[in-house]
Amino acid sequence: MTILLDVADVSKLFTAGGPGAWTRLKRRLAGGPQTLPKVHAVEDVSFVINKGETVGLVGESGCGKSTLVRALTRLVDLSEGSIKLGDRELSLKAARVFARDRDRARIQMVFQDAGESINPRFTAFDAIADPLRRLRKLHGKALIERVETVATQCGLPPQLLSRFPHQLSGGQRARVGIARAIAVQPDLLVLDEPTAALDVSVQVVILQLLQRLKKDIGMSYLFVSHDLSVLRLLCDRVLVMYLGKIVESGPAATVFEKPLHPYTQALVAAVPRLHQSGAERLRLIGEPRSPIDPDPNVCRFYGRCPRGTDACKAAMPALRALGDRQVACHFA
Amino acid sequence: MTDIAIARREGGMTALVRHARYVISENPVTGFAFALFLLIVLAAAFGPHLVPYDPLASDTAEALKAPSAHHWFGTDKYGRDLFSRVVVATRLDFFIAVASVVLVFLMGGLAGVAAGFFGGWTDRIVGRIADTIMAFPLFVLAMGIVAAMGNTVQNIVLATAIVNFPLYARIARAEANVRREAGFVEAARLSGNSDWRILTFQILPNVFPILVVQMSLTMGYAILNAAGLSFIGLGVRPPTPEWGIMVAEGASYMISGEWWNAFFPGGALMIAVFCFNLLGDGLRDMVDPRKRT
Repeated sequence: MTILLDVADVSKLFTAGGPGAWTRLKRRLAGGPQTLPKVHAVEDVSFVINKGETVGLVGESGCGKSTLVRALTRLVDLSEGSIKLGDRELSLKAARVFARDRDRARIQMVFQDAGESINPRFTAFDAIADPLRRLRKLHGKALIERVETVATQCGLPPQLLSRFPHQLSGGQRARVGIARAIAVQPDLLVLDEPTAALDVSVQVVILQLLQRLKKDIGMSYLFVSHDLSVLRLLCDRVLVMYLGKIVESGPAATVFEKPLHPYTQALVAAVPRLHQSGAERLRLIGEPRSPIDPDPNVCRFYGRCPRGTDACKAAMPALRALGDRQVACHFA
Repeated sequence: MTDIAIARREGGMTALVRHARYVISENPVTGFAFALFLLIVLAAAFGPHLVPYDPLASDTAEALKAPSAHHWFGTDKYGRDLFSRVVVATRLDFFIAVASVVLVFLMGGLAGVAAGFFGGWTDRIVGRIADTIMAFPLFVLAMGIVAAMGNTVQNIVLATAIVNFPLYARIARAEANVRREAGFVEAARLSGNSDWRILTFQILPNVFPILVVQMSLTMGYAILNAAGLSFIGLGVRPPTPEWGIMVAEGASYMISGEWWNAFFPGGALMIAVFCFNLLGDGLRDMVDPRKRT
């Protein structure tokens, strides 16, 4: 299998709070050192996505999924690390320059809320045509033809193309969002909870559409979702994220069948099942640790982990290989 | 393919006209405001050619005559026909209002959108300028600008625009700021749009209708402001026909019973302000695609 995307040691830190702009400027003029508290949204994340593979990304709200996705799609700049797509390094250019880069078309994204991700003043046609105009330099007849082809491919009748987003149903908007993303035929499509805003009957249809498009176009998927059953169904491999770090990764079936990391175990246990009483379920208590300047020697899951011992606050467990999967836990 | 071509062409002008007709039929007040607006525009365009008397020609024999069939609005102390003067004044007042509103739309709207979108220092500088202007009583600031820079129409336009700057800058800033992190802005970035393209083609079209409504509302204020400046002698000079001066000149005759001297120019002023305010509501419905059926 050939590697399509190679993500190595990617970190994204945000400045949190601290003094205001005037104070900072004064300090800078005075030449004093400035250390501001940092939010470690994503830390030392490495993984690969092979050609034609679907990789799932799962984790609770605030664990850094969205930041990781925005870093990979080059919407924000990385603090550290490298992103290689094929033999091209993507992390060297600043995000605002990358917008006009020739590799821009190769990673596209489907947003969580299709309604919010389409400009309310753009018709469906304009929304789908935008990347084609900018990245493929298509105009006139060729553009209209291409937009129609893509729309039809995504199950959107061409008659709907002159409509504004508020005149479309949730499912139709989702199709517009997908059509826009695949119009430039990317190598990697990032799906940020593409079905979260849809009702269940439409979810299935959209997931089937995505499966078919993947085969037709030959893309790889990075699928972000909360829905474990969807991930298990669609993904070849999954990555489990907790507080900015990947804590477990491996083939979807085995990770969900036999989770090794206590966080994954809790995640799997949280899936509602018919014949199970609440008592035997593994439950997480309390809040995650603070992501602001976390102690590099303490396991991120310590304090919430049912197995936490002194070893967990003495050394951060590294992500180590265990057969065909990787786990970051001392006890796995 | 042709379906799309037709559908897209329909999305342009004809759809807008159809929608405008719909809005007016749904809301008669808007229709009334548009009719009034049309009347004002016509008076501004053709007024000087239509009026029965020369607005500057005095006739002392006819001084201070009450409204009659000859002089619909009566005459002033020099015997000038008030109807002609009120109609002719429309052009100047309308021009001042439009020019100052367009100017402040460009200055305040663009500065505000840039401040909201880029944030950081752009935001701080625009914000402080707006705060500084708002620290003054606005009419006094306008008086100061005209007094300092000279008593010309350009300076009245400029002063009215500056006084309205914070309003536009703040609205545009707020509207651009909430959209900065919107999904469609990120999507536009993925589609290969630079910051400036996003600002002009994604953010501005969304902020534009809100500013258009604001334009219509401040147009009334701009006319009042210009007339106010003239009223206290800091604007257009007599004998130029202008509603503010005419109200000022007529005010002293209110007590002695020649009410028409101040009433008709004041009424024209009131109708104009009223019309622009009503127009604002109608325009908002018209330019908002969400209200389109």
